[in-house]
Amino acid sequence: MSSQSYIRRPNRPLQVYAAIFLIVLYVPVLFLPLFSFNDSIYVKFPLTGFTTQWYVELFHREPVWAALMNSVRVGVTTSIIATGFGVFAAKAIIRYRIPGRGPLVGFIMLPLVVPGIIFGVALLVLLSQLGVPLSLYTVTIGHVIVCLPFAIATMIPRFEGFDPSVEEASADLGENAWWTFWRVTFPIVFPGILASLLLTFTVSFDEFIMAFFLSGSDPTLPMYIWGQLRFPKEFPSILAMASIILLVSFIVVFIGQWINRDAQATTLANEEDK
Amino acid sequence: MKQSDAYISIRNVNKLFGSFQAISDVSIDIRQGEFFSLLGSSGCGKTTLLRMLAGFEMPTSGEIFIDGQPMSEVPPHRRPVNMVFQSYAIFPHLNVRDNIAYGLRKRKLSRAKRDTMVDEMLELIKLPEYGDRKANQLSGGQRQRIALARALILRPKVLLLDEPLGALDKQLREQMQLELRALQKTVGITFVFVTHDQEEALTLSDRIAVMANGRELQVDTPTRLYERPVNRDVASFIGNMNFFEGKITGISDHRASVDVKGLGHVTTTNFDAKLKPGVDICIAIRPEKLILTENEPRNTGNKARGQMDKAAYLGERSHYYVRLDGISQPVAISAQNRQRAEGAPEEKRPIWISWEDDAFVVLEDG
Ligand SMILES: Nc1ncnc2c1ncn2[C@@H]1O[C@H](COP(=O)(O)OP(=O)(O)OP(=O)(O)O)[C@@H](O)[C@H]1O
Ligand SMILES: [Mg+2]
Repeated sequence: MSSQSYIRRPNRPLQVYAAIFLIVLYVPVLFLPLFSFNDSIYVKFPLTGFTTQWYVELFHREPVWAALMNSVRVGVTTSIIATGFGVFAAKAIIRYRIPGRGPLVGFIMLPLVVPGIIFGVALLVLLSQLGVPLSLYTVTIGHVIVCLPFAIATMIPRFEGFDPSVEEASADLGENAWWTFWRVTFPIVFPGILASLLLTFTVSFDEFIMAFFLSGSDPTLPMYIWGQLRFPKEFPSILAMASIILLVSFIVVFIGQWINRDAQATTLANEEDK
Repeated sequence: MKQSDAYISIRNVNKLFGSFQAISDVSIDIRQGEFFSLLGSSGCGKTTLLRMLAGFEMPTSGEIFIDGQPMSEVPPHRRPVNMVFQSYAIFPHLNVRDNIAYGLRKRKLSRAKRDTMVDEMLELIKLPEYGDRKANQLSGGQRQRIALARALILRPKVLLLDEPLGALDKQLREQMQLELRALQKTVGITFVFVTHDQEEALTLSDRIAVMANGRELQVDTPTRLYERPVNRDVASFIGNMNFFEGKITGISDHRASVDVKGLGHVTTTNFDAKLKPGVDICIAIRPEKLILTENEPRNTGNKARGQMDKAAYLGERSHYYVRLDGISQPVAISAQNRQRAEGAPEEKRPIWISWEDDAFVVLEDG
């Protein structure tokens, strides 16, 4: 026997699989930044030359900025609402012995698997029945539904990782539920809250289907991009924009994961204590 | 005990979790300044009872009074009790000083005053250098002491401790036992201490409630629990005990005469006055109260003949098992090795056992 364990020993087919997997996943994405610097309005090989003109052009376009601001507003509002709900939902799921907890969690997580188009149409029907005009607010409602599972899934490990008797200790030392939340629960789950804010923001920021059904006259950024795809002339600057979004999303999600990196570790440590 | 000297009074408390009865009709009175222990095996309801005192669980029926006040409507943060949790529950995001000062927010103290109080506490728990440490940089024993300081700084009337020494190694545990006991005497706070370790309960407590299956079996001082257990469960839970079957043949002058199977005639004053002659009873004696001799002891009637069965040499003491005629179970005897031991006694050798007057206890259940 070699010194490596059965599980840990190198596995050639698995390594090849992993490499192919990553290539298939990311190479198409890498074409975006590649062509966004290409000196041609046609997206095809061979590359003709290096330019930053598409980025400059993007910078001078008024509607791009308006759409960006719309997306940021919707994203910020969505992330705050979804994370707020997510904190309390995760706390309730972990802390209280709720009858039918399994089905309930499954139900909350449903938007992850149900096609967005179904939720989009359903909400559209509902809102038009109620006579609510479509606007960025209705987009926000749709986005909260889409983002809630992400917020809850981020918060649950934080709550699993901390000992409920810490909250009892706070009550025992004289603090009521409100102060206990602010002095104990909130600081302990804070990294999870940050991670959830960042994650739900990025999910909302590039969500298209809900926005497609629910937005009024103000487009979000993905809506704007969709609209511009009809004009081949605009395409390279769309690529430039997509590249920027890609980079920013990547950074934001990475920061979120990094802030929340000890959630899993704390959970494990607590398991060992038991 | 009169109702009036009870500082904590638990009255006919029941607790059900769903259909499971965790506490059954418990009534206990605890005096002010007392070191009171709840002793019982795992799952007997000690933590549940303590959590009801702290207010984290509500009795299904019955009432708890603290300082004469009924507690049913009082939430945990308004009760005059503080708790040291089984898991310590140190706040992981705060350093040691902030952990200890946690409960002082509402007191509206000046910063300087608060700092001196925390310093005093750090001094008391012998961790003066550790104020700036984070909770995850502490050992189990240090956490335990911080959990204690965090509660003591509020000067509670009652401190509830849930197996606070359970996670510590033997040496630290014994040291902390002494410190806890000394601390309790200095601060004069009522301690309600949960443990499943009978030795710990005996050394620390003024009084002990022995619990089993959600009931209190006996509430008494350590000596009385050991010397006069009320029933078989208490007797076998605390220390070792030899049990015999017997029948009361006569009672005169607070002294019961008992006809004991395998031993013959035994008299004792340790019995319940309610018992009448003619009833079948269980009678018991501690292994160290039996005296083993080669030859028939003179000038005592308290003796019986037997046969050596087994012996175990434990250094400072030896355990012997002796067979008596008419009973299947060998009788355990524990003797100090005052003289140098000369190898194991041979098996089947005839020997004598004897005992002093009143060494036997008559137990409630027959
Ligand atoms: N929240 C709960 N729901 C259901 N059953 C419970 C709950 N808490 C305790 N029990 C049950 O009540 C009984 C008593 O539990 P408790 O924690 O009081 O025991 P304990 O004497 O403290 O034991 P240990 O020495 O192991 O800590 C146990 O059988 C336990 O399973
Ligand atoms: Mg317990």
